[in-house]
Amino acid sequence: MGSYVPDTSAQQMEMLKECGLSSFEDLYGDIPESVKLSGLPGVPKGKSELEVKRAIEEMAEKNKVYRHIFRGAGAYHHYIPAIVDEIASKEDFRTAYTPYQAEISQGVLQSIFEFQSEICMLTGLEAANASVYDGATAAAEACEMCRDKKRSRILVCAAVDPKILSVVKTYSFGRDVEVELVPEKDGTTDPEALRKALTPEVSCLLSQQPNFFGNLEEMDSLSALVHEAGAKLIVSCNPVSLALLKTPGEYQADIAVGEGQPLGLPLACGGPYLGFMAATQKMMRKLPGRIVGQTTDVDGKRAFVLTLQAREQHIRREKASSNICSNEALCALRAAVYMAAMGPRGLRDVAAACTSKAHYLQEKLAEAGLPLVYENKEFFHEFVTECPDAEGLNAFLSERGFLGGLMLSKNRLLWCATEMNTREEIEKAAALVKEYLSAAGKETQGKEASGS
Amino acid sequence: MKLVFERSAEGRGTRYLPECDVPERLPAAALREKPLRLPELPETEVDRHYTCLAGQTHGVNDGFYPLGSCTMKYNPQINEKMASLPGFVNIHPLQDKESMKGCREVTEKLEQLLCEITGMDAMTLQPAAGAHGEFTGLLVIKAYHRSRNDTGRTKIIVPDSAHGTNPASAAMAGFDVVSIPSDDHGCVDLDALREAAKEDTAGLMLTNPNTVGLFDPNILEITRIVHEAGGLCYYDGANLNAIMGIARPGDMGFDVVHVNLHKTFSTPHGGGGPGSGPSGCKSFLAPFLPGKDSPQSIGNVRSFGGNFLVEVKALAYILTLGREGIPEAARNAVLNANYMRVKLADIYPMAYDTICMHEFVMSLEKLKHETGVSALDVAKAMLDYGIHPPTMYFPLIVHEALMVEPTETETRETLDEAIRIYREIHEKAVKDPEGMHRLPLHTPVRRLDEVTAARNPVIRYDFDA
Repeated sequence: MGSYVPDTSAQQMEMLKECGLSSFEDLYGDIPESVKLSGLPGVPKGKSELEVKRAIEEMAEKNKVYRHIFRGAGAYHHYIPAIVDEIASKEDFRTAYTPYQAEISQGVLQSIFEFQSEICMLTGLEAANASVYDGATAAAEACEMCRDKKRSRILVCAAVDPKILSVVKTYSFGRDVEVELVPEKDGTTDPEALRKALTPEVSCLLSQQPNFFGNLEEMDSLSALVHEAGAKLIVSCNPVSLALLKTPGEYQADIAVGEGQPLGLPLACGGPYLGFMAATQKMMRKLPGRIVGQTTDVDGKRAFVLTLQAREQHIRREKASSNICSNEALCALRAAVYMAAMGPRGLRDVAAACTSKAHYLQEKLAEAGLPLVYENKEFFHEFVTECPDAEGLNAFLSERGFLGGLMLSKNRLLWCATEMNTREEIEKAAALVKEYLSAAGKETQGKEASGS
Repeated sequence: MKLVFERSAEGRGTRYLPECDVPERLPAAALREKPLRLPELPETEVDRHYTCLAGQTHGVNDGFYPLGSCTMKYNPQINEKMASLPGFVNIHPLQDKESMKGCREVTEKLEQLLCEITGMDAMTLQPAAGAHGEFTGLLVIKAYHRSRNDTGRTKIIVPDSAHGTNPASAAMAGFDVVSIPSDDHGCVDLDALREAAKEDTAGLMLTNPNTVGLFDPNILEITRIVHEAGGLCYYDGANLNAIMGIARPGDMGFDVVHVNLHKTFSTPHGGGGPGSGPSGCKSFLAPFLPGKDSPQSIGNVRSFGGNFLVEVKALAYILTLGREGIPEAARNAVLNANYMRVKLADIYPMAYDTICMHEFVMSLEKLKHETGVSALDVAKAMLDYGIHPPTMYFPLIVHEALMVEPTETETRETLDEAIRIYREIHEKAVKDPEGMHRLPLHTPVRRLDEVTAARNPVIRYDFDA
């Protein structure tokens, strides 16, 4: 069996003796006999490193790694420069705890300060925190930031990712806050419905840009409506899209949140990911979680430290803005390295490639027989098509190494393209779709013929 | 150190992508007005920048890290390797079930093992950190009482020694917090508990071993009192490292638990995450867990499953230790703490001078009173020796507290050296108390002006400023 206990049994016995004890049993005198375990029969015997490696590699091999991915829906396949993995695996960053002792934690503190700055640059807002668990919990925390005694109802656009909605609802169950959906019309938020929903008890609208269907919302008009009603605007945004799209700051959003996974984090079966949050200066003190600030040391040297801690659970306890403690610091470091490596032009290139390739894919799929559902809407790098037999098509694509669009219903698929998809691959995907549809068409015709 | 922005020069950068091979097609409207600014650096500069930052970050391998309540044990390298297998890293979370059998095997196996270790019947891996697990467990408790129309149970009892996350999680779950005092031994005051536990009690949150490092000998009576009043018992697993494989919260009367994979199960802390805080419960509460196919589920607490790669690391660790290694780790964590405690108790008064679990709390009240040297001064003095200081000023019930948790992965020699340093610092404190306020002297930066940082917050760099 493997063990990371370094001392020999002889040393352990000597140490026990120095403590005035004769056996390990003596250490556990306070535990009632009736609850002491005689063993852990349900846990296998310990294994050597070689055996563990074999066992876990076998598990990994049972997964199917798709060579061609056309699915997003909250988790996006992007190129990660080699330097991101290298830096994130540096032992100091990887194994440090939360930087409570600033004097020996300047590296991690500065990296968080830089991450906060970069999130502000992306979103056009003034204050960002060190991260939260993921994009959905970021949205849920943002809703809580907006609530007060007079305004307690949360509005959520129906075109927000259902996974985010689900988490917002769970958090709202905690605070006993009402969540109401604002319907979409033709793939984007219905402004008339929003106008009606914006009653004086509404604290905020949670919107998403690009929305779950990939469509671009008219954020300026949503923003105007929400603010006229005295509520706050929260936008959940795709960070890569912000290299091109109007920023939350430019359309006066109060809080921008999002899933930071596209910034250099692998798909990793869903985690760890990275929730980012940015707000206006006015709302800075309502942000949850860690925030790093700049200051000086006794010698006048610039230095960084965890700050504004009066918001946090270890000081405020039940009155804290959130219970969050550990966040996703190492993921934030990955995102910061990714942004520094790509630079503004690199990130713009990623965004431009995403939207260009998505449009190319959409055209090719339409030609192959999958019409676009929301024809009059602009989309970024995801879009919805009709599909006569979505399940059958995806199974057909899967056998050929293609991960097709996400099934929204029996006959609708949500597709995604990124810079990872080559022209050749897109054309191949479209050709396979065409092949499947024509085979399926023949089969249906055949059935109809034999049935009549 | 320069900021990454101060190393930036316009026009610099490394190109990582090929030319776009389809016609460029940008949205016609909704474009950014102000061009994006981000640092512009060649890769050499990016690499050097972060190497420089890493050099000013204290990790577990940079030196002893006995940070109380955080279980900073060694993070085995094999776990990292396993979490970077392409068969895990490149899996889209929304792939069809058939194509991710291996991921399911990891999560199901880990859930089962964690149930065994905690004595629970069901587990969710969704929560991304300990506090997230607390919140999840409390929502499960809330949903349970609601399902029985027992709506008057609005209060959660929390001892005054608890981690701040406990009352904060209770508030997020919509409960009022009832704080009860600890007794002279740092344990739950049974009379205070009896008085607090009544028809409005939704539950009790308890860390056991508790935050002063003691196993509460009245644990069975505590959970009985709460159950008798109709409440449920929540186990905060922050300190599970002391008793894993020795005793289980499920056998002590707890109904809901969370564990911290990034403490007890050796996954690294990443400078503040990603962690993972699986929540477990007894079978009668299982329908309420998140991510389960049940109409009574509280819903999801995270978008996709949990922090999967962290789970892979914890699984590798548990498989390595196995049924013998798990209690062996616990026993040695407790032994190491007691060894240090015994060797320091003559000069650093222990808050509770008795056999401790995996950590102990010293009170420097007397030293402060006699010399003016505070717990903070002693902690800061440690920095010059390359040792991470203990947790300071926690728990709140001990004045001038320093909480030391050596963990099981340190050698006796490391402990002896730390003991020598603690004693040397004490000697300095007595001989030259004034000098102590100036420490540390040899760290990259020295004591910081935290007041100005909070009063005039500068929390971002602005290219235009």
